[in-house]
Amino acid sequence: MKRITTALPSALAYLLLVAFGFLFLLPFLWMVSTSLKPNTQLFVYPPVWIPKPLEWSNYVKALTTVPFFIYLQNTLVVACCATFGVVLSCPLAGYSFARLQWRGRNTLFIITLAVLMVPGQVTMVSLFIIFSKLNLVGTFYPLTLPAFFGAPFYIFLMRQFFKQLPKSLEDAARIDGCSEIRIYTRVMLPLCQPAILTIALFQFMHSWNDFVGPLIYLSDEKLYTLQLGLQQFKQAYHTEWSQLMAASVMVAVPIIAFYFFVQRSFIQGITFGGIKG
Amino acid sequence: MSQMPGVRGSVEKRRAKYAYLFIAPWVIGLLLFYAYPLFGSIYYSFTNYNIVSATKWVGLANYRDLIHDHLFWVGIRNTLVYASFEVPLSVVIGVVLALLLNMPIKGRGIFRTVFFLPTLVPIVATSIVWEWLLNPQFGLVNSKLELLGIKGPGWLGDPAWSKPSLIIMSLWGIGNAMIIYLAGLQDISKEYYEAADIDGASAVRKAWHITLPLLTPVIFFNMVMGVINALQVFTLPYALTYGTGKPADSLLFYSMYLYNNAFLYMKMGYASAMAWIMFVIIITVTLWLFKSSNKWVYYQGDD
Repeated sequence: MKRITTALPSALAYLLLVAFGFLFLLPFLWMVSTSLKPNTQLFVYPPVWIPKPLEWSNYVKALTTVPFFIYLQNTLVVACCATFGVVLSCPLAGYSFARLQWRGRNTLFIITLAVLMVPGQVTMVSLFIIFSKLNLVGTFYPLTLPAFFGAPFYIFLMRQFFKQLPKSLEDAARIDGCSEIRIYTRVMLPLCQPAILTIALFQFMHSWNDFVGPLIYLSDEKLYTLQLGLQQFKQAYHTEWSQLMAASVMVAVPIIAFYFFVQRSFIQGITFGGIKG
Repeated sequence: MSQMPGVRGSVEKRRAKYAYLFIAPWVIGLLLFYAYPLFGSIYYSFTNYNIVSATKWVGLANYRDLIHDHLFWVGIRNTLVYASFEVPLSVVIGVVLALLLNMPIKGRGIFRTVFFLPTLVPIVATSIVWEWLLNPQFGLVNSKLELLGIKGPGWLGDPAWSKPSLIIMSLWGIGNAMIIYLAGLQDISKEYYEAADIDGASAVRKAWHITLPLLTPVIFFNMVMGVINALQVFTLPYALTYGTGKPADSLLFYSMYLYNNAFLYMKMGYASAMAWIMFVIIITVTLWLFKSSNKWVYYQGDD
């Protein structure tokens, strides 16, 4: 009796998980399947799952109809610069909030948390006005420059991380006569690698997937990022389903692969930031 | 010893100097990219700012015009309808998935990955895939429905079905919330369950009387974030409709109309007024959620 009551729920759970999992996976499988279909097999009933022959040329066509590699290069430039920016600026502010004593610290930290709550769309228009006054609209600067001055969420994450390091570390370094800058760069930063990796990943993926920023600031096609390029490709060739899927696969797969490459620290980063606040 | 306070004081001073140095970039960033735009947008909302012509103070004219702007109300209605279905559904499905994944089952890691995967797909790619899946004539979904003898709807082409389509698409990206629920579940102390086992409680009773109450802080967190995000929904409907909100304005969400005013019609003063109204709505809803939370959110070790 005991065996049945414990086995039954887990069998049911298994069944539900498989059903849900299938539903979640289906769009991926269909995307890949469609990306390899010759046009003649797109509109047949019942739908074909494994195309015959596999039409790899869809990928070549998608790569050549739009300047895919220029978009990729632009995306990488923006994402790398912004990531470099937050890695430079956010640990610095987080460290100052967590480990140093100064007047106004708590007030500024509360303001930083409050800013976190301000929806991006409230500041979107006046930010654009600032950048247009600086003559920077149509360049990558609006997408990268703010990162060098810190972002509230990442600063918050870094502060939480710095706070849990033992106090004895910096005391030992101070007794040894280390300067404050040396303590920060040689003692504290190396200990923060997991947190820094987390914010770097967040920012890189954010920049890679960002659509609104490039949409507002980039109008020259030569500067388009992958997301804008994909959107424009969709608008121009909205019936070329197999090519569209090939392009989507090529935009999605690098970032998915990247995620798996660093999966562990990334998932830890999410829970660390979301709950342990 | 008498010299110690002085020495200590100068060390503290030196450290404070470095503290200010370290925080300086963020102070500049805060002022330039957060504070100024925030307060600037109040100012702009009282002007006719449009980049091209001279800026004029217009008082409350933008706000007055908004009240008579049909599309403004359409945007508010669409956004509220979307949020009031999307948020509860994502809470229910997210919690169910997390509960299932929290059971001692083989292959949990694989399932977790499967559910998380969609959140990694760029939104434009998501829009392309789902447009094809939900294609009324040739889409996979309607062809499967036909097998069951159901005539599939027009999905994104039908004003009555476009919002449900969008909700399905956003639920596909539930993985982030699910991971947070899962972390919350793993934080619940095993002792509660051991005590319940001794009392002979069933699995369902344990889920209902132990797991759910102790998960309410995480549900609350995800709900607040979910509402804030849902009220700002932009990229997916924009990518689907190129900003038009078709069919019949059924996907014209508030933030899309705001974007169109600012960057398509260059009515930036008008858009700033919209931004501030949105801000007030979001704050009101969030505060209301916080107020309601002491009725249903239970914190461990609170009694």
